[in-house]
Amino acid sequence: MLELDVRSRRGGFALEAGFHAPAGSTTVIVGESGAGKTTLLRLAAGLDQPDRGRIVLDGVVYAAPEAGIAVPPWRRDVGYVPQDYALFPHLTVEQNVAFGLRAQRARRRTVAPRVTEALRRAGIADLGRRRPSMLSGGQQQRAALARALVLDPRLLLLDEPLAALDLQTRRLVRGELRDLLRALGCVTLYVTHSPLEALLFGDRIVVIESGRVSQTGTRDDLLRYPRSRYVAELMGTNLFAGSVGAERAAATVRTGDGDLAVSDPGAPGDVFLTVDPRDITIHAHAPEGSAQNVFAGPIVEMAPEPPSGERVRVVLGTRPALVAEVTREAVAGLGLREGMTVHASFKATGIRTYR
Amino acid sequence: MGGGLRLLLVLAAAGLFLLLGLPLAAVVSRVPPSELLARLGDPMLLEALRLSLLTSAAATALVVALGLPVAYLLATRSFPGKRLVEVLIDLPMVLPPTVAGFALLLAFGRHGLAGRTLALLGVSVPFTTLAVVLAQAFIAAPFFITATRAGLSGIEPRYLDAAATLRASPGHALRRVMLPLALPSMLAGAGMTWARALGEFGATITFAGNLPGVTQTMPLAVYLALQHDVDAAVAMSVLLLALSVGVLLSIRLAPSWLGALDRARAGRP
Repeated sequence: MLELDVRSRRGGFALEAGFHAPAGSTTVIVGESGAGKTTLLRLAAGLDQPDRGRIVLDGVVYAAPEAGIAVPPWRRDVGYVPQDYALFPHLTVEQNVAFGLRAQRARRRTVAPRVTEALRRAGIADLGRRRPSMLSGGQQQRAALARALVLDPRLLLLDEPLAALDLQTRRLVRGELRDLLRALGCVTLYVTHSPLEALLFGDRIVVIESGRVSQTGTRDDLLRYPRSRYVAELMGTNLFAGSVGAERAAATVRTGDGDLAVSDPGAPGDVFLTVDPRDITIHAHAPEGSAQNVFAGPIVEMAPEPPSGERVRVVLGTRPALVAEVTREAVAGLGLREGMTVHASFKATGIRTYR
Repeated sequence: MGGGLRLLLVLAAAGLFLLLGLPLAAVVSRVPPSELLARLGDPMLLEALRLSLLTSAAATALVVALGLPVAYLLATRSFPGKRLVEVLIDLPMVLPPTVAGFALLLAFGRHGLAGRTLALLGVSVPFTTLAVVLAQAFIAAPFFITATRAGLSGIEPRYLDAAATLRASPGHALRRVMLPLALPSMLAGAGMTWARALGEFGATITFAGNLPGVTQTMPLAVYLALQHDVDAAVAMSVLLLALSVGVLLSIRLAPSWLGALDRARAGRP
């Protein structure tokens, strides 16, 4: 298990992060570029040292600045695959993969079979004699992974492993990488800015926003209980922060952008509310019916979901702002287009409330 | 391109070509090739050539041995007084060689700073072959150190990060990543240092004198021959010229040769 609780300040950027990552599973660190994801990986690898805090892997303290402990990267049991792979250009793929074994003075006889096995597992058994410059992006990614995994690290760090690949290769490698990571027994930290990869790879997900962890949890935790606007957007759902007043009979929750009718808001205090985009109905005219929450506003953006899909995500400029998901048929039937003013409705029972 | 600018460029290029090329052409065309070949057997020339090759190789080896660690330090560390060290290292490039030779004499001469200590040990440096090597190394060191330092600093940090996470201690990373990646720069720098050492005159004659067989290198022999046998001076000049052109050409062509060799080894045309 990796226990990480660090503070680091470098230039104008401050990072403060704490989480645990269990062995045998993948923890995805997701956030926008500049949020501090790569900094976090560099701290775990030992390429940078934190100002305060602790990094402990399977009981071994790697960094504890207050106790004067700062284990250098080459003494850590870590495999690191940087975003651009950084394969050594003067070595063949084989020599790249053998590099770590040679550096830790593995017995000469054992190096060759281990390298062969690592290349085979990465699916590039026949490319060992090539130089990195003669490999495609996907092959380079596999070579970099083989180079890290041949050392059987207790902690594997992947920095945007698919970002450098073109779309088609990415789709291909994604599935393979998932199978490969599932078979590993080590702690894996997987950094990405892609919600899809976060959901696909993350047994646990750590969301990081401007240098701070904003939420940690399983896929379902984040889908069901997002706790920040960014997480809600990442998960593609509607999130409101509001407060329940003292007079419960009203059954309304006051948010910064207006009131929502909620069937059971619970005790007075601050709450989060989510509405599934598929529970929101769009009307061309003001609806008459049982829905208690009706908002009018323009369509800001329409995008198919998934990109090849049967459904369409409609971003609405209502107050509060909403995202609805409707079928293609509904779009055609209502003649929906960007800029058009519509009404959106959802039932009070469609709102989930949590604290 | 405007007509005026074109004319200016052509004139400048022609002027520079005359300045650099005409003297060389004059040397090469002075004596017919058959006469040149005959002159190459001249014992004085052979003696000077042997000494020149020996001392310049030794000076280059000395510069590489002492300069590589310094280049590594300059490329990877920052420390107080770094600028001053850099200036000191570049100084021999602009210092008049006679001043350099004189300075060496004051340091290692019989009554010099280090010379007195050395004299107690029964060692006398001036006017020996060792003095030639020291004079050449002093003058030619900046070329290797500057090129190597640039080569080492030019290595992308991501490769060093990758090496560190692959269990490579700084020493291992230096041997297996930094030096191989900086090798082309180091070879070019060593080539320049060797060529400069080969042509060294002022510091050598000041510090080491002009003793045939001991300190009389090719440039010194050329100067001496000019006094009594111009054709011998021409033969030696042409030989030095050919060596210099050879070194410079090798430095220019080495990267593409290395690349071709590399591709051949990796099994691709």
